[in-house]
Amino acid sequence: MLQTKVRQNDEALSSQSRANSPKLLAVASGGGHWIQLMRITQAFADCSVTFVTVHDSYRNQVAGHNFYVVNDANRWRKIALLKAAAKLAWIVWSEKPDIVISTGAAPGYLALRLGRMIGARTIWLDSIANVEQLSMSGSRIGRFADLWLTQWPHLTRPGGPYYAGSVL
Amino acid sequence: MIFVTVGTQGHFDRLVRTVDEWAGKHGRTDVFAQTGPSDASYRHIRSEQFVDPAKFREYVESASLVIAHAGMGSIITALELGKRIIVMPRRASMGEQRNDHQMATAKRFAQQGRIEVAFDERELLDKLDHLDVIDETEPLSPQASQDLIASIRTFIRTGHVDVEAHRLRYDQMALQNCRSSVPSARREDTGLDFVRSSVVVQIPGAVGSEPK
Repeated sequence: MLQTKVRQNDEALSSQSRANSPKLLAVASGGGHWIQLMRITQAFADCSVTFVTVHDSYRNQVAGHNFYVVNDANRWRKIALLKAAAKLAWIVWSEKPDIVISTGAAPGYLALRLGRMIGARTIWLDSIANVEQLSMSGSRIGRFADLWLTQWPHLTRPGGPYYAGSVL
Repeated sequence: MIFVTVGTQGHFDRLVRTVDEWAGKHGRTDVFAQTGPSDASYRHIRSEQFVDPAKFREYVESASLVIAHAGMGSIITALELGKRIIVMPRRASMGEQRNDHQMATAKRFAQQGRIEVAFDERELLDKLDHLDVIDETEPLSPQASQDLIASIRTFIRTGHVDVEAHRLRYDQMALQNCRSSVPSARREDTGLDFVRSSVVVQIPGAVGSEPK
């Protein structure tokens, strides 16, 4: 009896906290981009997270969360880019995230811009691989990123990108 | 076991071929290579074009040495598992990548001393011949620096974050390391005007918004 009540309380509590937790859309391409996203997931602890990436094989690493796959697009492959944009638009529209975060590359750029359109807060963490200059996506996303970060102090500039630590 | 990996973005036969020849010369039969989209075949080492992420981690885990292109996926995985890693950057001039950003990554990480870097085949062979001098590394914690986690977390919760605090801390670190020449001039014009107007809007229901 007591146990049942405790469990009900727990359930009430968790569904309540879920309802109150911000919806976060986390987007990353494959390889290093995805691994860097995995290294900041602790920052999403209070959020209800939906992951978007380019390989279905990453699904197990984020079991229990919503998970979508889009085309591995870049600016050299226009058709793939259009397909990815269409799917991302659908994901953003149906998930209605409060926050969109990306570690790159092109799909993340698109997701931030789409998120911005529906009023989501946006975060861009440029890949640690970009040590001499920001990535193409990373340098163009500045206007659309509410928090615009590089992982290298020497790449910061007045007005952004800013440095707040790295994934290493 | 030695694990060679070149990622998924394109062939990097120059790296795998060098290790194959070295393995043949030294009678190493415990080398496995993930070769990417390449049709090249090798005489002394086993290879597969692609391995899935779980398998990839298993290979790194069971390897005593990782030899990789200068991709962050390879580097971070090796560091997380505390493995010795030698990287060789891809070169745009050899059609191995669209630009030379792996060269820049490799140079920077070489300066930091976290990983071994071979800029060409000759240097790679040299490092392989002197394997005993490469130290094991302390495994990296599975999450990013606490500074970064805290900043992103604060921003998610409140829509604000004082990134300048991190800059100042970095400046102090730089001063301590006697490399103080760059940031002081920049500091003046950045100020604390980071928060953009759009950020200040509180999202209803976001954690951290005050209960009514």
